[in-house]
Amino acid sequence: MIDREQQVLDRIERQRRRPAKVREERITLSHGSGGKASHTLVEAVFLEAFGNPLLAPLEDAARLRVGDARLALTTDSYVVSPLFFPGGDIGDLAVNGTVNDLAVSGATPLYLTCGFILEEGFPIADLTRIVASMRAAADRAGVMIVTGDTKVVQRGKADGCYVNTAGIGILEGSAELGVSAVQPGDAILVSGPIGEHGVTIMLARGELDIEADLVSDTAPLNGVIAELLAATSGVHAMRDATRGGVATILNEMAVDAQVSVIVDEDAIPVKAEVRGASELLGIDPLYVACEGRFVAAVAGDQAAAALTALRKHPLGAEAAVIGRVAGDQPGMVLLNTAFGGTRIVDMLVGDPLPRIC
Amino acid sequence: MRFVDEFRDAEKARALASKIAGLCAPGRSYKFMEVCGGHTHTIYKHGLEDYLPEQVQLVHGPGCPVCVIPMGRVDDAIHIARQPDVLMTSFGDMMRVPGSGGNFFDSNAEGTSIRMVYSPLDSLKIARQNPDRQVVFMAIGFETTAPSTAMTLLRAAAEGLENFSVFCNHVTIVPAIKAILDSPDLRLDGFIGPGHVSTVIGCRPYEFIAAEYGKPVVVAGFEPLDILQSIYMLMLQLHEGRSVVENQYSRVVPWAGNPVALRVINQTMQLRPYFEWRGLGFISHSALRVRDEYAAFDAEARFQLPGLRVADPKACQCGEVLKGVLKPWECKVFGTACTPETPIGTCMVSPEGACAAYYNFGRFSRKRVQEVSIG
Repeated sequence: MIDREQQVLDRIERQRRRPAKVREERITLSHGSGGKASHTLVEAVFLEAFGNPLLAPLEDAARLRVGDARLALTTDSYVVSPLFFPGGDIGDLAVNGTVNDLAVSGATPLYLTCGFILEEGFPIADLTRIVASMRAAADRAGVMIVTGDTKVVQRGKADGCYVNTAGIGILEGSAELGVSAVQPGDAILVSGPIGEHGVTIMLARGELDIEADLVSDTAPLNGVIAELLAATSGVHAMRDATRGGVATILNEMAVDAQVSVIVDEDAIPVKAEVRGASELLGIDPLYVACEGRFVAAVAGDQAAAALTALRKHPLGAEAAVIGRVAGDQPGMVLLNTAFGGTRIVDMLVGDPLPRIC
Repeated sequence: MRFVDEFRDAEKARALASKIAGLCAPGRSYKFMEVCGGHTHTIYKHGLEDYLPEQVQLVHGPGCPVCVIPMGRVDDAIHIARQPDVLMTSFGDMMRVPGSGGNFFDSNAEGTSIRMVYSPLDSLKIARQNPDRQVVFMAIGFETTAPSTAMTLLRAAAEGLENFSVFCNHVTIVPAIKAILDSPDLRLDGFIGPGHVSTVIGCRPYEFIAAEYGKPVVVAGFEPLDILQSIYMLMLQLHEGRSVVENQYSRVVPWAGNPVALRVINQTMQLRPYFEWRGLGFISHSALRVRDEYAAFDAEARFQLPGLRVADPKACQCGEVLKGVLKPWECKVFGTACTPETPIGTCMVSPEGACAAYYNFGRFSRKRVQEVSIG
């Protein structure tokens, strides 16, 4: 029976490796969830049209060479609802998110752009508040917002305020970071407890009648990442755990590097409030977004040094080694459950979650 | 975390597992059906099968409310949602269940408003806030969720809401279990009884299973240790040659159920003569409709429904999976044509569906994984 089951499993793996194809005729909310449908859309529509060697790795930021300088470039749009939530608002989210995409690519973030799409009737006071928190976040991260754009659309054509930011950073040092560099023997680290941003937003929407003492984890990661990179040369890849959560990043590592990732549920830091809310809502914290946490794959013999470096920084104080990379079962993420069993952690399938970033 | 971690203790699990192994008669195999999709989800999410000896097999039953909704009912719901000014509300699980022309997400992309709610009572709030829209709640579920639909109907009636109705798809668990017991191609040794349903209906309705069919039943909770203990209790009954209904989930399930919940269901809903179950076909007296006294809140009375029966796709073997005749991976389209992103059958949609649970959590060779995890 095992043999027959294995044949079926092999057939499924072949199926999963086929090129992505969008089956829907229209955009659905699943395409924005950060899970499988989003990946399919990016690969089948955008990569298909724009395809070039700089875009192809689909990293958080593109790595460019301009003259003698090596640069990283990224962009992100923010549509979070509500605009203001415990621990932050759309403004600092928009700065931190772009700073973090640059930082996990190994770049030092330098300059940001910002674009606003505003709905007719949006209060100027709210806009002022958002912009002030962008300025504060930029100061905290040590970047400048140097150019921007504003558009206003008719009432009902947008939900108050959408923000886009782009960022540019400089790549120093020689290490080529990227998920395809993840290799068997690496240790997997997270920089702190997971899922706080996503759960905070879900509760802030006020639809669930659950209250918890939680704030978003939104924060700029360039400082803690700079300390990590200074302390060890063993970092192979980093990604910030935004939409789709830690589980999505682990899957991207497993698939792109053709390795397996094995994580221990017991080792994953999750605050009791996040666990409690997740249990009630039937969601898995592994898939819940963070806005100030990242996952790193580090050479096994450097894991202890990396952990020490992370824990020295306030944003990495609760960092942990959560698993390791192996060569068997390529493309799969396996979880040793706290209960003592083993299961797969797959990519998120278009989960109908609210707009969180 | 209190009240959770106690029920996920690996040491206690090992102790129970060795007691279960100790009760296995040499050369005999044991097949137990967990009726409820919530159990299926727990079993896979925690990797519970790793604790069971090879002789003990779990068969995943029909108790996933989303999985048993036939395509025709999804089409009817989308038809209602397409009527002018209709705003439909639904549990999140329903959103990806395919009808013959797409699911609720696809329908929304084409212009309908089908919103997710966590409680049917939220639909009333939406109805009050949108007096110019007709709000229709897509009610699904076993006896577990029927009481909240009943309370919603009672409240809507008390408030005299004129723009609210329920599209009732509630089903009842016992006729489905009976259909499975009467199915000729199935050999089961006992049932892990549905815990949440039993909080409402109690344990008595299962007595015929033990008495007439001679199969032990243990009503079980939803934490992994609950399920492991229930398997132990089933094994013990078999070992001692007994066949009775036992209640492992007594911290929540009263033997007689919840009389208040049963009363409000009975007050607002009545049994349909028959209802189509996905994969199982028509089962008599297996579903509820809104009582005539509440017809003003019955979407089936308010809207003209096409009511077309849509045959399950030929390739889909949901029925065999629901009856436990096939393991999910033995279905012809499992994981290739039918995946959680593009489900053909409903077992692949809900996280409680047997196929989705197996695909998301269990799709790997256990032997090889154990080698990897240890190494």
